[in-house]
Amino acid sequence: MVLNAIFAAGYGLLPKHIIIDMKSITELQQLATQVRRDIVRMTNSAESGHPGGSLGCTDFLTALFFNVMHHQPTPFNMNGEGEDLFFLSNGHISPVFYSVLARSGYFPIHELATFRKLGSRLQGHPATKEGLPGVRIASGSLGQGLSVGIGAALAKRLNGDNRLIYTLHGDGELQEGQIWEAAMFAAHHKVDNLIATVDWNGQQIDGTNDQVMSLGDLPAKWRAFGWDVLQMDGHNTQEILDTLDEAKKRTVHGKPIAILMKTVMGKGVDFMEGTHKWHGVAPNNEQLAVALAQLPETLGDY
Amino acid sequence: MDIQQYPILGNNDTRSGFGDGLFEIGQQNTDVVALCADLTDSLKMGKFKQAFPARFYNTGVAEANMIGIAAGLTIGGKIPYTGTFANFSTGRVYDQIRQSVAYSGKPVKICASHAGISLGEDGATHQILEDIGLMKMLPGMMVVVPCDYMQTKLATIAIASVNQPVYLRFGRPKVPIFTREDQVFELGKAQLLQSGTDVSIFACGHLVWQALEAAKELATQGIYAEVVNIHTIKPLDNEAILQSVAKTRCVVTAEEHQQNGGLGDSIAQLLGTKMPTHIEMVAVKDKFGESGKPEELLTKYGLDAAHIVVAAKRVIGRKL
Repeated sequence: MVLNAIFAAGYGLLPKHIIIDMKSITELQQLATQVRRDIVRMTNSAESGHPGGSLGCTDFLTALFFNVMHHQPTPFNMNGEGEDLFFLSNGHISPVFYSVLARSGYFPIHELATFRKLGSRLQGHPATKEGLPGVRIASGSLGQGLSVGIGAALAKRLNGDNRLIYTLHGDGELQEGQIWEAAMFAAHHKVDNLIATVDWNGQQIDGTNDQVMSLGDLPAKWRAFGWDVLQMDGHNTQEILDTLDEAKKRTVHGKPIAILMKTVMGKGVDFMEGTHKWHGVAPNNEQLAVALAQLPETLGDY
Repeated sequence: MDIQQYPILGNNDTRSGFGDGLFEIGQQNTDVVALCADLTDSLKMGKFKQAFPARFYNTGVAEANMIGIAAGLTIGGKIPYTGTFANFSTGRVYDQIRQSVAYSGKPVKICASHAGISLGEDGATHQILEDIGLMKMLPGMMVVVPCDYMQTKLATIAIASVNQPVYLRFGRPKVPIFTREDQVFELGKAQLLQSGTDVSIFACGHLVWQALEAAKELATQGIYAEVVNIHTIKPLDNEAILQSVAKTRCVVTAEEHQQNGGLGDSIAQLLGTKMPTHIEMVAVKDKFGESGKPEELLTKYGLDAAHIVVAAKRVIGRKL
């Protein structure tokens, strides 16, 4: 019931410095379980899509959208004046993005059933053309979201808007050169109203990062590019909230902020965990049943 | 038949028209912001930078990032103008433009200097001849190729109020200024520069002046060419083109671009479906350029007034 009230109000409208107690943590975890159910059901129904990374980023995005960002789902405002904005750079994890958006109130939850189907606003990768509330830029071709987030952060600065920009990136995505162009720019131009999080699950389509293209000492790399770097366990809700809180405190101090978030690809569904094999493969009906048995329905399926 | 006189009002590069237009629109509209990838002087963006330092961003030699940042700036109501050479404005960043700008419907103004072969001595690495094609293929992208300094200035100002992505193409060399500040300039509307009855010459960019020179030469031989400046290649002014062709019944197109994908290709598509007509295309024929002086290159690659004259006579011959 408390959660329903939160959905109705939009969590961003709650008092700014809310104390997160154990109950709220529990509520977030229940919400995350429901989001994970959405992810496996959506990809199963579409017979395609990317469950692995989606499951891995569920705890983070749930915490971000429900406890951290100040945002207003309706009416949706593309320019987002006075709101914190989120940009998904690794657009292939659209299932978790759509689920969190719907359950935040951006669009009806039942619309999740249309994911990847003809005529849907829920395209395979996020897009603006169909007018899905909550999506501000198309993403999917990797490496572009950090630049876009920087642009939005600069616009906020020019407009005297003190809200923040959040972006999310895959670790494999860091192999794109544009990410490092953007990293250099953000440090040089002191874009310090920006918090970029990296989903550091160590996996990509063809195998582990280390097999495909080593990322090296990732924290040192971001620091060398002039960023303030934090690290966190992307499945510990308390730690996610604490780290995001710390990140917010460090904004407007002259440096952009990177959070390197350790996650397990496929988290929450035992047979999907820790392997790149479920990066872009949907569960069939039998696999779905096994997955759902591990994820209790907490808030009602779409 | 009267030959319209276009006195040369000055000599300047079209990129200076961009720089002056950008400064002017920057004064008029505080939402205008500008980005440049380490070519501020070449793009003539110094005046804007000086006047509005808080609204100017140098991205360094990082064009992909520049396009992405420009897209992001529109989220927040800004009107971003990006400036670099045409090659780095299009081919180098095609996917960034496609996804973050065009598909996302963001009204970024992609402003490209040093386009075409008249870039000159730097050679083919920098002489992009495919950019019009690349940009016009993108759904929702407006493509504007003004003909001289003054028109480039007016176009730069005009695109600020277009709520869609725009590709604005201009060049490096100093060329005659022949359009006036008080000209009627409307995006998407062709500009009739010379009325004629025997052949329609549709040109864009630097070749508009060459087309006017060709018309003068043709007139001395008793051939009256209609010269139409197609400064907006997309959306194409179908009505004006069909109206002219209905009268002249043959066409020459002239552009500093590959024949594949350029202005001629757009006009041939229109005529092929609406009004099949003989057409000759003055354009680069599936070749890369090379180093040389702009005027030498225009001649060698068949893009000057003399070649337009030959093309006009050839197409008139096919009509008869």
